[in-house]
Amino acid sequence: MEKTNTNEMMIEFDSYTCNEAFARVAVAAFCTQLNPTLEEVADLKTAVSEAVTNAIIHAYDEKVEKIRIICKIVAHDMYITVIDHGKGIPDVDKAMEPLYTTKPQLERSGMGFAFMEAFMDEITVVSEPGKGTQVHMKKRVGIGTSPFV
Amino acid sequence: MKEICEKRGNKLYVTVPIELDHVEADQLRQEVERMLVDAVIREVIFDFRNTVFMDSSGIGMLMGRQRSMQQMGGCVRVIHAGERIQRILELSGVYKVITIN
Repeated sequence: MEKTNTNEMMIEFDSYTCNEAFARVAVAAFCTQLNPTLEEVADLKTAVSEAVTNAIIHAYDEKVEKIRIICKIVAHDMYITVIDHGKGIPDVDKAMEPLYTTKPQLERSGMGFAFMEAFMDEITVVSEPGKGTQVHMKKRVGIGTSPFV
Repeated sequence: MKEICEKRGNKLYVTVPIELDHVEADQLRQEVERMLVDAVIREVIFDFRNTVFMDSSGIGMLMGRQRSMQQMGGCVRVIHAGERIQRILELSGVYKVITIN
């Protein structure tokens, strides 16, 4: 079979809080083929945890629905998309402001998107009220370790 | 199992779990708040020596405890935070209101 330098996986799971840990570990496991540094793995895990927590708490208001994660490796770039079909974000720019939260009573810090931005190279949020949210993230991983084989 | 919260004088020592995420942050909040009802506590000390993962849920939990302690004239402190945890604390800005050492 011919080898290409891309590899893709998709997982879909219920929006239970216990699946936040599952999701970040699954993405971290998929990324090991790029020989990431420990710090890179930690960065990915934090970003995934933030996106999935947002879907559970905000998009679905803790109702049980489906969350999908698509991961794609292209050479040394890791692309992660977290998709929900929840209530959507009316003002994405506002939502991405550090410390902004619509749920202070749940002690949300308003730092979720700020952490995704800090730990990933790129992030794009596509959302429409009533139609759900897609968080697209990208990070270069495993540079300086062994090359892609 | 070792207790998460240990009262020593008017200080409350909290052993933070290995991964401080949404689930663990909710549990820790309940546990600490329960201890604060029963005892006179001036300082809550979060010991991060075992912790390798934290996200913004952990930050929210720390900020919440800082607020409730401040109302009672007390404070919150973070000890034994590793490099990763320190970076997240710095990014979030909580070091401005919480002592980290």
